[in-house]
Amino acid sequence: MTLALKHSSPGTRAFGARFRKAPPATTSSGGPVPGTRASGRAAHDVAMLAARGVAYRVGRHTLVEDIDVEVVPGRVTAVLGPNGAGKSSLLNVLTGEASPSAGHMTLNGAPYAAWPREEVARQVAVLPQKSTLSFPFTALEVVMMGRIPHSSGHARDLDIALECLKEAGCAHLAERSFPVLSGGEQQRVQLARVLAQIYSDAAKPLASARYLLLDEPTAALDPAHQQLTLEIARRQAALGLGVLVILHDLNLAARYADHVLLLQNGRCIACGETETVLEDRRLSELYQLPMRVIDHPTRSHKLVVSC
Amino acid sequence: MHARAHVSRKALAVLALLSAAMLVFSTTVGPMSIMWQDSLKVLLGLGSAHGGAHLDTIITSIRLPRAVLGMLVGAALAASGAAIQGLFRNPLADPGLIGVSGGAALAAVAVIVLGSTTLGPLIAWMGPYSLMLAAFAGGFATTLLVARIATSRSGGTSTSTLLLGGIAINIITGSGIGLFTYMADDAQLRTLTFWSMGSLGGAMWEVVLAAGSLIVLALVLLPRLARSLNALLLGESEARHLGIDVNRVKYRVMLLSALAVGAAVAAAGMVGFVGLIVPHLVRMTLGPDHRYLLPASALLGGLFLVVADMLARSLIAPAELPIGLLTSMIGGPFFIALIIVQGRKYRL
Repeated sequence: MTLALKHSSPGTRAFGARFRKAPPATTSSGGPVPGTRASGRAAHDVAMLAARGVAYRVGRHTLVEDIDVEVVPGRVTAVLGPNGAGKSSLLNVLTGEASPSAGHMTLNGAPYAAWPREEVARQVAVLPQKSTLSFPFTALEVVMMGRIPHSSGHARDLDIALECLKEAGCAHLAERSFPVLSGGEQQRVQLARVLAQIYSDAAKPLASARYLLLDEPTAALDPAHQQLTLEIARRQAALGLGVLVILHDLNLAARYADHVLLLQNGRCIACGETETVLEDRRLSELYQLPMRVIDHPTRSHKLVVSC
Repeated sequence: MHARAHVSRKALAVLALLSAAMLVFSTTVGPMSIMWQDSLKVLLGLGSAHGGAHLDTIITSIRLPRAVLGMLVGAALAASGAAIQGLFRNPLADPGLIGVSGGAALAAVAVIVLGSTTLGPLIAWMGPYSLMLAAFAGGFATTLLVARIATSRSGGTSTSTLLLGGIAINIITGSGIGLFTYMADDAQLRTLTFWSMGSLGGAMWEVVLAAGSLIVLALVLLPRLARSLNALLLGESEARHLGIDVNRVKYRVMLLSALAVGAAVAAAGMVGFVGLIVPHLVRMTLGPDHRYLLPASALLGGLFLVVADMLARSLIAPAELPIGLLTSMIGGPFFIALIIVQGRKYRL
């Protein structure tokens, strides 16, 4: 979260940043790795949040089946798919909220379940779709809660919280009461909270890779703030965070995501680099709607239009 | 946060001083008027009151234990009210609502009515602790039962089913209390009536000590859950994502609340609405941060009940108003106002 990055507007952002690889020296050094049973596969998954062949079933219903996901530092991965495709279920599995019925998950090289929950909280932050906080905390107090997993001291936490509020574009809301903010403002304050949770000093390399999981972060936002939110996600990825974001807007994915995971009926039907996955026939069949993927008139990414 | 935390710390200091002052002042109020200077002198052990040694006895054996019990019971009800409201993310939740008070009351009534018969010797041996531990066990058992009813197959607990479960449990405990009341003899009936309206009249040092040990234990342990309760207000999955063991926190809040409420109910009977009014007032002035809300509620709750008891003793002197009636008279309209003003906001 350096100042130089903070004020880069969409127009001036270096295009190369989209393809910036994870800074390997700083993120793959790995923190304390719990559990000693390191299989060959787990070693391969160092410095990423990975799910291999996960399924999630409730009763006879299969919500998610045989999915591989990698959330890699420095990369923004978008999860797309029609309603009921299993996007939220997949996120619940990735966040540990639901335990997978099959498959296994690793976090920074160790089985997910082997990490103590406080350790997970220091490495993985989740932005929920909707906030239910109805008690009159101020926005700053809400962001300070993001520091609960850390023991960095009140003064330091306050600095971080203020910086994250600024990063999320809501420094002016710091002393306002959270429940009376608008939906969009609440969402940005919550974003500041999760940023504070996995905050990393620009000056100091991360002890272990960290991840940001966003559940439809743009749902309550106007187009300008949708862009702003995904700009922040991109910026955090550039700083070494692994970002996974559930989106409905294909064009937001086309513009901001490095990788795309397409879900249909709980299964992954395509996964890979954004340019290759977003393709006319595939999208038209998935959404049952004729679609074309064309070049953006002024920018270097693609544009999805229905026709 | 900085400013509010600063104000909160000051408010805690002021409340502590006020409580100490009120403790002294309350020993001066009663049929026998005593100068506050005399009270202070006796309480500090610096000498005896002008007018005779019987005044010393009134201060140390009658009025002081009563004031201390008032403070303990008020603190217990207000702090556990605050904690339970945090747990259910609903500022209108009250220890009575999820069945803690109901279960505690049923167990206590059972001990009062059955005490003279089957369990007589045991109860005599345990003294005031028998009623307290029974009330605690009853409160905790019903809380666990409600939580069990409300826990879904996937392991999560939903607030609405929990509250509905609490209502159901309250119906059952209510009928149980009715049954024991029906069975009670005349002497027991008087105790039950006295007790069901709430009173600090039974304050002897023996009772104060027993209730105090349990209540202080709960009040010391509850604030250690303050940050977790703050995170719980964000939502259960949000709290889990912040690394909090949500089920363990819930279980502990229920256990400690049942302990405090059980001891309070056993010592002073049913004193309603303290757990609703006091945390609400604190939240309005200091904000919802449990690190300050819990201790401030405890102090203000104690203060509130001591003042209410002074009123109860002096309003219709020489007779005495049951304190539970008084708090309900204040609390009922307060509750209605709260529902009207806040109900929609908190999506009840």
